[in-house]
Amino acid sequence: MRRPLILCAIVAAASAASAARGAAQVPAPAKAPPRTPASAPGAASAKSPATKRAAPPAQRAAARPGSKAPRAAPTVPVTIDGLVLARLKELGIQPAPIIGDATFLRRASLDAIGTLPTAAEVRAFLADTDSLKRARLVDRLLAREEFADYWAMKWSDLLRVKSEYPINLWPNAVQAYHHWIRASLRANMPFDEFARTLLTASGSNFREPPANFWRAVQSRKPDALASAAALTFMGVRAEKWPPERLAAMSAFFTHVGYKPTQEWKEEIVYFDPDKAPTLAGATAPDGRVVTIAPDQDPRAAFAEWLVTPQNPWFTRAISNRVWSWLLGRGVVDEPDDLRPDNPPSNPALLAYLEREMVTAHYDVKRLFRLIMTSDTYQRASAGGTALDPRATANFAYYLERPIEAEVLIDAIDQVTGTTEEYSSQIPEPFTMVPEDRRTITLADGSITSPFLKTFGRSPRDLGIEGERDNKPTPAERLALLNSSQIQGKLDRSTVLQALLRASPDAPQLVTNLYLAILSRLPTDAEQKAALAYALTPGINARTAALDLAWALMNTPEFLYRH
Amino acid sequence: MPMNRREAIKHGVVGAGALLSQHWMARSLLASPAPEATAKAVIQIWMWGGPSHLDTFDPKPDAGYDYCGAFTKPIATNADGMVINELLPLLAKQADKYSLIRGMTHGINAHETASYTVQTGRKSNGHDVYPSAGAVVSLFKGYDAGYKGLVPPYVVLTKPQGRFAEAGFLGPKYAPFATGGDPAQARFVVDGVIAQNVTDDRQRARRDLLRQLGALNRAPGADSTLDAFTRSETQAYDLILGDAGKVFDLSGEADDLRARYGRNTFGASCLVARRLVERGVPYITINYEGWDTHKQNFQVMRQKLPQLDQGLATLLQDLKDHGLLDSTIVWCGGEFGRRPRIDWDAPWNGGRNHHGAVFSTLVAGGGFRGAHVVGASDARGEEVRDRPVSPSDLIASVYQLLGINPEAKLPHPQGLDVRAIPGAAEGMSAGGVLQEIL
Repeated sequence: MRRPLILCAIVAAASAASAARGAAQVPAPAKAPPRTPASAPGAASAKSPATKRAAPPAQRAAARPGSKAPRAAPTVPVTIDGLVLARLKELGIQPAPIIGDATFLRRASLDAIGTLPTAAEVRAFLADTDSLKRARLVDRLLAREEFADYWAMKWSDLLRVKSEYPINLWPNAVQAYHHWIRASLRANMPFDEFARTLLTASGSNFREPPANFWRAVQSRKPDALASAAALTFMGVRAEKWPPERLAAMSAFFTHVGYKPTQEWKEEIVYFDPDKAPTLAGATAPDGRVVTIAPDQDPRAAFAEWLVTPQNPWFTRAISNRVWSWLLGRGVVDEPDDLRPDNPPSNPALLAYLEREMVTAHYDVKRLFRLIMTSDTYQRASAGGTALDPRATANFAYYLERPIEAEVLIDAIDQVTGTTEEYSSQIPEPFTMVPEDRRTITLADGSITSPFLKTFGRSPRDLGIEGERDNKPTPAERLALLNSSQIQGKLDRSTVLQALLRASPDAPQLVTNLYLAILSRLPTDAEQKAALAYALTPGINARTAALDLAWALMNTPEFLYRH
Repeated sequence: MPMNRREAIKHGVVGAGALLSQHWMARSLLASPAPEATAKAVIQIWMWGGPSHLDTFDPKPDAGYDYCGAFTKPIATNADGMVINELLPLLAKQADKYSLIRGMTHGINAHETASYTVQTGRKSNGHDVYPSAGAVVSLFKGYDAGYKGLVPPYVVLTKPQGRFAEAGFLGPKYAPFATGGDPAQARFVVDGVIAQNVTDDRQRARRDLLRQLGALNRAPGADSTLDAFTRSETQAYDLILGDAGKVFDLSGEADDLRARYGRNTFGASCLVARRLVERGVPYITINYEGWDTHKQNFQVMRQKLPQLDQGLATLLQDLKDHGLLDSTIVWCGGEFGRRPRIDWDAPWNGGRNHHGAVFSTLVAGGGFRGAHVVGASDARGEEVRDRPVSPSDLIASVYQLLGINPEAKLPHPQGLDVRAIPGAAEGMSAGGVLQEIL
């Protein structure tokens, strides 16, 4: 039994749920035996044996996606779940039970790849008798092309990938930059390398895509560049700092030069030694004076200071971000607002995540896997009932939240077999996005639609996580309940027509619609309600089927991750 | 050495007009904000594309054929000394209700940046995406201020104006609700509110079905995680199936009134706007396209001006008849004017290019006095001659009448200090608030 014993002892309910899950139990990722301490000074102290663990390189390699995790001897039971449950026990909060397979498949698919599972995937997963099927599913999802699509979308929010005002990257540069971001995520580039590459990039906006990091800002003054670097990689809002700290950090960015070329809208980002007085050093936000070598680009000196396990912000910011993306709330909330007066809800948990990140050499997919295979990730949501805010802050439940605009329209298109038309008005002639492209693959934040605007897609102006607005509005409800766009998709859906024809009887049709839309089987009560609806006077079989699809697409169960 | 105005505008210094008219600035600084709001609502007629000021509200009959083309006989109005284009006879009889601002200026000749500046009162090369006036009014007069209507507080008839007329950093909650559809059709199909092929019976039946399905608990209650969702849905259904949606149904309006407005999209939109004002909607934009007359300006004007004349003149009279004019601001103009010198050659064939140095805007109601002409352009309508007014001056005047403090802080996601109206340091004011007609 790989489950930490302490867990079973503490929370009978959770254990019972796990036992009920039986074969679906998920193993923890490979753990290395204890060895010489590899300290992670950025981490808050946690008095657990795990502080003294670091995986040797061979084990780390084994933990990469696609490879089989070797069985390690059951040793020190410090895990996400142990740390979360310990905190919940302190607070006297009962955690939610573990979810069933269908909910897990839907949740994991939406969270990891921003994509609704198909009915076939649901059937296959429910029929799968492999005891490790949840972990294997996570591995498969992390290897999917949609993983790169979806996370390129998220990173493009944070990096403000957008052609037009107020970012003004220009379409060619947007395509190059987005392509680089996607390829980096697809290859699972270690996050420290990703950060270092962006922070030190120079060259043409068309030919050296990461150089766009320095162009995707609303102002090119040194303090604005410093704020962008701080927000993106330190997870802090520099505008909340004492002004002298930001002023000091800005010195690192006084030599970022920009110049045009003969090519239209091409721009070179470069180290311009003459732009400002030469610096021998500059003061980093932790008060340390960082030496800048003669002829060294000060950005490189900044990156050397920031991108290291010793830095108190770097590892914490990315670990907390990944956690917030999957659990719906950071251990520090909001995830890009780290500051002393905004403490983590569970310091030991955050410290653990940071250690895991360092140990795995900033392998982000490994952290995804670690979190998604934990019990904590697999707990039920509150299902709409009221919650104790402490339970929310300490992950007693999975937090249900509306799915993003892009993911939602893709899910609707998948269910109905329809597509979107996107086009860019610059440069002329207009650029048409091929119709079979999914919305999560859109590179350019300037290419949009009324649907995406209504549903709060990130405008990509500021790069803060909260810029994406997922709060439900009446305008959203009107659009889904009653717009010509959605009704049109249903009315002309060849996929639903085919489903109607292929289903031998009404109950089978109801089941098929449930699998395609809600990714689960209907309950008996739901079957009855759906069949009763088909008997409504004046409503024929086709209309009844379309209305059932309409109704399912309008349930919060469809519109939320839960 | 100070720049002259032309240079200043070339350099994009929008408020540079102030350099020529320091006395206006001094006047605006002395002016105190209105103690009480006179206006409750705004109808903005957005003449997308930039209407020719020479061919509408600032005729120059003596400028010669290369400037005024066929329009050489402007007509007198019922306001002393105010003349307007000869194709606006109905508006000529309503001039006691409106004033003309003939010294509007921002110096921008590109549609999008000019639209942005006119809609927001801000420069487009700033560090932020500012909200349009409609979104700001929606913030201060909408749901947060106790507005209870089911129709969203900021409505656009009928097509969205695009990204420069939106909520900016305020977020989608304050963005306009674009109706879609066409109010001139037998049934005005307002997107989301009225579905063409779904009967009310089917709406009710499938709503009942919807409520029986799904695993998440939707019991209402302030602490439920789905509370905002449930409330939004209730509100949406009140609009779809309740009486609130009837505001878009023009069938109850008298036939002759509908004819007076004009049985076209613009005229019917004006009538819908009046109905929305009656129901307390604080900001309505009529997105009136078709004024970008690079080619064949005069043919287009002959076709459009009678429609504008009919719709706007009837709107002013109808608001008056309903006792709404004193509390409703009507603001009519585009993102810029058009170049006074006509492009006679092919391919323009009598077209006019963009012109941001000076243009005209009509304001009426809600506390704006009528029968005044504010400021003037020069002899050919190329530059401001007197009393420059920037978009931020106009918006500040509108806010003052609505009782919105120009110093009011806007909620910014990064906590930046942004005020409803740009401060002096931003250099957006040209001649200050329109005290002379408030």
